[in-house]
Order: sequence, then structure tokens, then C-alpha cells
Amino acid sequence: MPRHCPKEHPFKTPPELTAGAPPGPYRVAIIGAGPIGLAMAIDLALQGIASVVLDDNNQVSSGSRAICWAKRTLEIFDRLGIGDKMLEKGVTWKIGRLFHGEKEVYSFDLLPDDAHKMPAFVNLQQYYVEEYLLERAADFEDLIDIRWLSRVMREENREDSVTLHIETPEGDYSLNAEYAIACDGARSSIRARMGLKFEGQHFEERFLITDIEMEEPPFESAAPERWFWFRPPFHSGHSALLHKQPDNIYRIDLQLGPDADPVAEVALDRVLPRIRAIVGDRPFAVDWVSVYSFTCAMLDQFVHGRMIFAGDSAHVVSPFGARGGNGGIQDVDNLGWKLAAILKGKAGPSLLASYDEERRHGARENIKNSARATDFMTPKSDMGMIFRNEILNLAGDLPFARKLVNSGRLSVPCSLAGMALQTAAKIDAPIAPGLPCPDAPLQGGGWLLNHLGGEFVLLATGKSLPRVENIKCLPMSREEAVISLYGADLLYLIRPDQHVVGVFASDTEAGVIAGAMVRALGFAVEKEKVA
Amino acid sequence: MTGGTLSAEDRLGACGDDFYDLLIRAHDGLDFTASAALNVRLLLILANEIGDFETLKAAVQRASEG
Ligand SMILES: Cc1cc2nc3c(=O)[nH]c(=O)nc-3n(C[C@H](O)[C@H](O)[C@H](O)COP(=O)(O)OP(=O)(O)OC[C@H]3O[C@@H](n4cnc5c(N)ncnc54)[C@H](O)[C@@H]3O)c2cc1C
Repeated sequence: MPRHCPKEHPFKTPPELTAGAPPGPYRVAIIGAGPIGLAMAIDLALQGIASVVLDDNNQVSSGSRAICWAKRTLEIFDRLGIGDKMLEKGVTWKIGRLFHGEKEVYSFDLLPDDAHKMPAFVNLQQYYVEEYLLERAADFEDLIDIRWLSRVMREENREDSVTLHIETPEGDYSLNAEYAIACDGARSSIRARMGLKFEGQHFEERFLITDIEMEEPPFESAAPERWFWFRPPFHSGHSALLHKQPDNIYRIDLQLGPDADPVAEVALDRVLPRIRAIVGDRPFAVDWVSVYSFTCAMLDQFVHGRMIFAGDSAHVVSPFGARGGNGGIQDVDNLGWKLAAILKGKAGPSLLASYDEERRHGARENIKNSARATDFMTPKSDMGMIFRNEILNLAGDLPFARKLVNSGRLSVPCSLAGMALQTAAKIDAPIAPGLPCPDAPLQGGGWLLNHLGGEFVLLATGKSLPRVENIKCLPMSREEAVISLYGADLLYLIRPDQHVVGVFASDTEAGVIAGAMVRALGFAVEKEKVA
Repeated sequence: MTGGTLSAEDRLGACGDDFYDLLIRAHDGLDFTASAALNVRLLLILANEIGDFETLKAAVQRASEG
């Protein structure tokens, strides 16, 4: 039985189903209260934009889904206001060990990085993340209206709005919103009804994914570790993964092969011996069991008129490298400020198109990396298997071979360099336009990233502080840690999602920076203005 | 590179994953014999690129150790 019992949220009669004048059109409707829909509502609320969130269920996700949240995701969650809670509850492992057959091929120790607030990643069950997001959403009572047990049955995508038809326990109604964001997950019915192509690569291989609760750690010390096996002696021919989550819950992933019977394999009498083979005679209780196969696929376009796709509805990946939820949170980060700027009438026509451009690029990278990891774990031919196993044989003492071993490349943010919003740099700068800002400790305590985000900021590492309309200037010339990362005497124009959008020499005129800002808001810029 | 030593460091660097993907894709759709033949052609071409007998000898020796 799952240890975590999600709370059931009550259905509340919406104004549309009570007598009286129907409430006016909404600014944004979000379909789906998964991690992506909830984070989206919070990001919009931080920009002062109200939204209605519709979910067909009445509780957070149950069972074993996302557990691994990467640094950039944690930084985004920190901007949204749940980063500290995630850090506090999550398990930060630092020792990774990789085995091939009986042998340990190598191990690595991720030393804590004092230069950043957030670690490389933490393990935390998806239901906790969703609960933290719900608690945070409650801080915006006037801006976030979450409606449980409200299933979107049909949508009409018009030129200037979207109408959603909703089914509830108390009857059906419809509502109108200027924009709708489909965060309705991997099986998106909106995507299906709109007839959108969602193509990619399906992997035949099946995986058994179990969570167990166990008091005594399987590792030699109390420090949490991540163990990955290729062809472990206890699980012939396949791969296995073990890592720790909060509450003494351990995730065990076992590759079962393409012919495994997903129904038979979840039976406890099949599962228990497989787990005992790994944890020995330590007492444990099974918390969750499921069998999965995986697909990597994405939409050709994320923005369809007034309907915008984000998260799993727009792209799905295999879980190796933990890029599903992590990729979706980056969609939110990218879309929130853009949609808000459009709704406030501050943005140019191409700002939404830049979400499509930038996040499709991110999704393609995530798919590429997770497909490669899956290929490495499940070679498709005898020769592929030989390649894989010989890399593992060499990996013990040849560093190049070790680097080729792929048990999942952890999610790292992609660069947006060369895309429409970014102004190409005329000077050499340590952090090029398109990259997310790295964090740095500040002298008075606190962290740089906590001062960036939500609005456009001009980070100045030199003495000159140009005044540009609508841009807050952040003087950093005395912050050594910032200067050593960002370089001295530079001006960084930083987007509300903490990405560098332009970098200039300290003596650059305000007009040039204003030009870059115009471009960053999706307006066309004449060549001379940014030259 | 001369003198029959193999480099200790990783020279593929950031392109390691791209290289492995390229290699695996090149074998797509080939049966085992055709795959083995592709490997041999590739090995001969790479040997010529290295072009140094001592280095090749060291590589053959290291590969033979398993
Ligand atoms: C085994 C496994 C392991 C994973 N591990 C990781 C990991 O370590 N790290 C990581 O980042 N990701 C991981 N993922 C992926 C991660 O779980 C997903 O990417 C994430 O849940 C996507 O969030 P979402 O909000 O887009 O969709 P979902 O979480 O699927 O939420 C969609 C929501 O929409 C609602 N909904 C659907 N249709 C309608 C409708 N018509 N009307 C109203 N509501 C609707 C659903 O009820 C649901 O609440 C893993 C996934 C699996 C399966």
C-alpha cells in the first residue's frame, strides 16, 4: 500500500453553475493540475495574471513518477517559491556507482558546489512537488482558481479566444479565455481532438518500476548513493537502477526485456524475489509497482492559435536522464513571462512564436539525449550489444570509454543562442546570450539568482550603470564571485526567465540596450539599432 | 602521437555521445556479418588516420587484453 495518501480536494461549484451573471471572460485557462499546469498558474500569478486551472481528477499524482529534479529546475522552482522546501525534503545524493556484471566499473563523488544555491539535483517524489505547488498556489487566492473534478471535453479555438466545454459532477458548463494552455499530460486529449501529429520513437523494452520502503540503507554508509548495473548477476542480461527518495523510500528500476508480460510482472510473487536479490534480507515493504514502456515524441508546433501546449502534452521522453518533468518546468519558465507580457500589451507579435522556437529546441535536445540513453541500455542488435559491453569493459581504466557509458545524461538547460529574441554579442563574454545565468554567492549572504527573474534586469559588473527605461539595473561591481563568473566591466541584459539575452561592454549607450530589450520582447528591430 | 603510448585522457570530449550515436546508426539495418565488415572497414580507415605503427601496436595490445 502506498505510504503517501494524497488528500482529496473537494469539488466547488463554479460561478458558471450558480445563478446570476456568468463571470466575464478569463485571461488564461490551464488544463491539467499536474506539475506543469500548477507551476504555470504560479508563474502567471507572479506576473499578476489570473488563471483558471481545470483538472479532471481531485488529487495530486499518486505512485511512482518523477523523482529526480535537476539544478535548473530547482532554480526555477526557487523563483516560483518552493525551492527551499524541495531542498529541505529532497534527498541530495552525491555518490554514484556503476557496475557491469560482478564488477564495479567506476564510482563518482559529486562534491557539494558552494558556488550555487541549488545542488546538481535532488530526489523527491512527484506528489510532494505537486503538494508544494498547491500550497504555493494558495498564496494567490485572487489569481489562481483551481477547479477539481472538471474535465475539459471539447475546445473551440477561435481567433481571439478559446472556449472550453467542461464536465463536472454538478453539470456541464463552458468558459471563455483569451489563451488556453494544454498541460493535460502525455495522453493529452486536446492534442488528439485537435488532430495534431505526435510522432517519435517507441521503445519495445519494458521496465519494472518499484518503490520500496526500507529502514536499513542498502549502501555501506548512511550517505545516499545511486547504483546502476549493466547486466547485474542478480538480474540476468538486463540493467538495474537503485536510488533513494525521502521517507526511506527506494526506487528500483529493472529492465525486463521486450517480451515481459506487464500484467504478470506486477504480481507480488514475481516482484518480491527480484527485490530481495538486490536488497538481501533487509526488511522492506513494497510501496508501488508498475511496468512501463517508453516513447520519445513531440509536437511539430507548441503554439496553435490561442491554444498553447506545455509539458508532457507537447513532448514525452523516456525517463533516462530525468528530462520529462524537468523539461516541462522549463516550458513554464519560458512561457510565463511571455504570455504575461502579451496579455499586458507589452510584447510584440513574435514573442509567442519564440516560445515555440526555443522550447521545441529544448524538447528536441531532451528527446535526443533520452533516446540515446535508452539505446545504450537496450541495444537493438547483437553488434550494438557488443559495442555497449566492450565500452563497459574498457571503462574501468580508460577515461574516454567511461565518458561513453550512458545510464542517462542528466537534464541540463539548452542554449537559446542564435534564436530570435537574443542579440548576438559583439564582445567576448564568459556567458553568451542564450545561456541561463549561473548562480553565485553574494557578499552580504544570499544568492545572485534570487535577485534575477520575473522582470528584465541589467546586471552591471562594471562601475557604469546606464539608465534604460523599464529595466532595473543591478550593480555587481563589488561582488567578487559574480565578477569571476561573469567577467568585469560588462552589462548583461537578463530575461525574466534568468537567461542572458544580450551582453555589452560597460560603456555601451543606453539606446543600444533599449534596442536589445525591444527585440527581447518580440518586436522586429532594425539592424542599425542593435549594431 | 608517437612512441607507442595510448593517450590516457578522453580525447572525444564533448562529442563522445555524438560519435557513439553515429557509430550505432551506421549499423542500423545491417545483419551481423555486414556489421562486422563495416567495423573492419572503419578500423582500417582509422588505422591509416593514426598512421603510426607503434601506436597501433599499443592499441592492438590494449584491445587484446579485453
Ligand atoms: C516512471 C516515471 C519516472 C519519471 N521520472 C522522472 C524524473 O525523475 N524526473 C522528471 O523530471 N520527470 C520524470 N518523469 C516524467 C514526469 O512524471 C512527467 O514529465 C510529468 O508528470 C509531466 O507533467 P504534466 O503536468 O505535463 O503532466 P501530468 O503530470 O500527466 O498532468 C496532467 C494533468 O492533466 C489532467 N488532465 C488530463 N486530461 C484532462 C482533461 N481533459 N481535463 C482536465 N484535466 C485533465 C490529469 O488528471 C493530470 O492531473 C517520469 C515519468 C514516469 C512515468
